[in-house]
Amino acid sequence: MSTRRIFAQPARYAAIAPYLWMVLFFLVPFAFVLKISLSQTAIAQPPYVPVFDFSEGWTAINAAFAQLSFDNFRLLISDSLYISSYLRSVIVAVTSTLILLLIGYPIAYGMARLPQRWQAIAMMLVIVPFWTSFLIRIYAWINILQHDGLLNKILLALHLVSSPVVWLSTDSAMYLGIVYSYLPFMILPLYATLSKMDASLLEAASDLGSSPLQAFWLVTFPLSLPGVGAGALLCFIPIIGEFVIPDLLAGSGSMMIGQTLWLEFFTNKDWPVAAAAAVALLVLLVPPLLLYDRLQRRTLEGSR
Amino acid sequence: MARRVGRISPFNITALALGMAFLYLPIVILVIYSFNASRLVTVWGGWSLRWYHEFFNDRAMLDAAWMSLRVAAVSATIATLLGTLAAVGLARGERFRGRTLFSGMLYAPLVMPEVISGLSLLLLFVALNAERGFWTVTIAHTTLTMCFVTVVVQSRLASLDRSLEEAAMDLGCDPVQAFIRVTVPLILPAIAAGWMLAFTLSLDDVVIASFTTGPGSATLPIRIYSEVRLGVKPEINAICTMVIALIAVLIVIASLASKLSGAEVKSAAPL
Repeated sequence: MSTRRIFAQPARYAAIAPYLWMVLFFLVPFAFVLKISLSQTAIAQPPYVPVFDFSEGWTAINAAFAQLSFDNFRLLISDSLYISSYLRSVIVAVTSTLILLLIGYPIAYGMARLPQRWQAIAMMLVIVPFWTSFLIRIYAWINILQHDGLLNKILLALHLVSSPVVWLSTDSAMYLGIVYSYLPFMILPLYATLSKMDASLLEAASDLGSSPLQAFWLVTFPLSLPGVGAGALLCFIPIIGEFVIPDLLAGSGSMMIGQTLWLEFFTNKDWPVAAAAAVALLVLLVPPLLLYDRLQRRTLEGSR
Repeated sequence: MARRVGRISPFNITALALGMAFLYLPIVILVIYSFNASRLVTVWGGWSLRWYHEFFNDRAMLDAAWMSLRVAAVSATIATLLGTLAAVGLARGERFRGRTLFSGMLYAPLVMPEVISGLSLLLLFVALNAERGFWTVTIAHTTLTMCFVTVVVQSRLASLDRSLEEAAMDLGCDPVQAFIRVTVPLILPAIAAGWMLAFTLSLDDVVIASFTTGPGSATLPIRIYSEVRLGVKPEINAICTMVIALIAVLIVIASLASKLSGAEVKSAAPL
């Protein structure tokens, strides 16, 4: 008991360096995003009018507050480009999460049914792709999906199609890339809840006369809902802000919000609008993040 | 706990087999095509090391690869130090002022869209008038990856038997000694896994690096990315295969290290 207390003191000091680091390089930058999202665009380097100039003292700060403008946010709301890219982000994230659930659930279920020693191996196999570069994995699909790529060759050889199908720069390619990249994030939380489930519950269900399918639907699936929720949110949240996959695999037609932000920043050099888009994207992420936090807490309490 | 009844239906096996094929086939195909002699990526022209040779003569690509390796090594090392300290603070520090904020700041980057992290760091660097290049990318990667290190090390610390630390202190160690002599050796596999995870994440990142790097110091993923946007090139297959090989070697070393450092350590895997 008392030794724990003694240990706690130096452990708190250990947190000082990482604490300062995160404040400086994570928290403070957000203040800058917020600040620049409220300033005016300028054709200069950097391309925005600074909002705060502390060298002038208090009066300058007061003047600066008077200068804050919500123009960038007004632009986001009025321009259909931004509204449609928000909508597209949400639609893409919801659709991909549903596909991930449909594919990930059977795999996680199969893993949980394996003999103990095989489960560890299967788990390793799911984690390893997460280690290999994500860009490389997307690139691997470009290899397969391109006009004279392997997929079209196989389809032609099997006479399933008469001419090569355009796969790249389509929404299906983008969904494929997203599902492929995020599958481990879906499988692992699902597997975690499914493997902890007490098998005697299923035996009881079948003793009471339910078919395997009924037992699954009435017992296994409801009990796995925390895993379903965790997996879904773990995929949904990052997919909303995804940039690389839609940029490489989807067509140039409609953009996700991450792409719009990138375009404003790198191509149009409109930093204030890009910063405003970042703030708006963050706001979009708050509800699912809070939901995830609540879910995690409930799971922790449940396991106690 | 009730014993699990080992019933595997054909359905389970099919789902697993298809799932694993889906995860691994694209990578296998990429590796095979990297040894293709033909210039056309899709026509098989026999085995050849031609594209590897091409890469080692490509000055710009080599520079980018060297830049990436340096950034990954330096940022992973700083991230491991800071992340381990943060994990110790969270797992052993009990309560302290601002603990909720601290853990929030450490968990947020795990799911934060990279475009936001990248943009916000760039705005900071511009405001500080920092010259963009090696150090700005390294700092950005450190910030992102130390959070992953914290998660890995913290979960290991949480599962560690505290009575070992208490025994060391009963035998006369002060807390710092007890930590260095007892705790650190026990969590070393997790620290190693954290370093590797940080290294691979840094080696992989396009978005944050694009925001925080300066002219003339592109990382390997940035170069790969700009090439890929123009279409598939066999040389990229070769580069990707080498990156995969490097990561595979690191995984093997890490799993060997965790086996050697104690049989009771069950898993050095993250997540």
